[in-house]
Amino acid sequence: MIAKRIIPCLDVKDGKVVKGTNFVGLRELGDPVEMAKTYSEAGADEIVFLDISATHEARDTIVDIVKETARNVHVPFTVGGGVRSIEDMTRLLQAGADKVGINSAAVTDPQLITAGATRFGSQCIVVAIDAKKVADRWHVMTHGGRKDTGIDAVEWAQEAEQRGAGEILLTSVDTDGVKNGFDLSLTRAIVEVIRIPVIASGGVGHPDHFAEVFDATNVSAGLAASIFHENTYTIKAVKAACKAKGVNVREA
Amino acid sequence: MIAIIDYGMGNVASVQTAFENLGYQVVLTDDHATLRKSSHIILPGVGSFQAAMIEIESRNLKKILIELAETKPFLGICLGMQLLFTEGTEGGLTKGLNLIPGSVDRIDTAHILPHIGWNQLQVTDLVPSFQAFNDEFVYFVHTFAAKTAKEYIVATTDYGGEVTAIVRKGNVFGIQFHPEKSATIGGEIMKTFLEEVKK
Repeated sequence: MIAKRIIPCLDVKDGKVVKGTNFVGLRELGDPVEMAKTYSEAGADEIVFLDISATHEARDTIVDIVKETARNVHVPFTVGGGVRSIEDMTRLLQAGADKVGINSAAVTDPQLITAGATRFGSQCIVVAIDAKKVADRWHVMTHGGRKDTGIDAVEWAQEAEQRGAGEILLTSVDTDGVKNGFDLSLTRAIVEVIRIPVIASGGVGHPDHFAEVFDATNVSAGLAASIFHENTYTIKAVKAACKAKGVNVREA
Repeated sequence: MIAIIDYGMGNVASVQTAFENLGYQVVLTDDHATLRKSSHIILPGVGSFQAAMIEIESRNLKKILIELAETKPFLGICLGMQLLFTEGTEGGLTKGLNLIPGSVDRIDTAHILPHIGWNQLQVTDLVPSFQAFNDEFVYFVHTFAAKTAKEYIVATTDYGGEVTAIVRKGNVFGIQFHPEKSATIGGEIMKTFLEEVKK
């Protein structure tokens, strides 16, 4: 049976892993390649880098990080953040990234999904969706969850699939940072209408939250940042919690 | 020296590093003279079957790959594994290298596709040295898979039906998943291939 995937996310700014995407009071946590290597050796099934740098110089830094990661980390890794064109995708994939994540740029220009999937194959294209509950549905948010596009998140996920996305990275703006568990109703709503893997993100505060989302929905993977970086819980602890609840995970 | 075939289908840096880490010199090439001098041939690849065969033919590689497979240890990885077979249907019916009889079709499953993630190997008794990997998790990313005779199947995986994972015919091996992305186990599988073809 295919295993449910546990994925640590590393927010990278100017070549360093930082705590949170909240731009106030960023704290440096360490070297991205070293941290990715440590997590992969501890049993992480994949690694996600989210580049939150704002400058062009930093874009070159992330390419160097990708090259080093490809040499030193032997599990798949995705790079997202600031991917706006086929050229951006080419640069990251040629440097050795397995997949690229596109978010705001795909909302502005959905054709980017189609073009990326045609050029590199669907398996390389992860469409990241930040969703927020508005009345009885969810809206797609951009600009780090601050700007409401008014687009229906469920319909957007379906469109992304039709355009050739290989996976959806689904973050709940409502649960992100709250540490009270994944957004089960949002995750279920998306997973039930598409036929590509979904990675749930936002809200993990405890290993049991992974077991909970895998039990309550057919989601393929769960992603978290702070519980791993703050050494609150290890990847191993998360996998043990999943296994205890009967969830099939890869033991490393 | 191990030669990785350079034909523009997907990133090969990780495959190259994986063999280098096992102590081999590795060259990425499509040069016929270099290929003839190499000890092993690795055919990687990510993309569609038809696009890959078009690239192989336009770079004048088809004939030499078939010739090299007669004498040298040969390993196809992911799409490169699929190209070892007689034909494939991805992108339209296309002839492959026909080094192993069989066809490559969309995976017949009720589960979602692509088949992405870590799945467990069920190893047959065809190549005893691979039995150490029974039940181990390896990383798959694919929508199409090979259908071939039992006599060539080293390992399968279960994805709502049996999916071919490792094949062998003589000195030609094929691995559907990504050993270079399958953590420590992946490295051990590549090492086992290298040891097996020494015999």
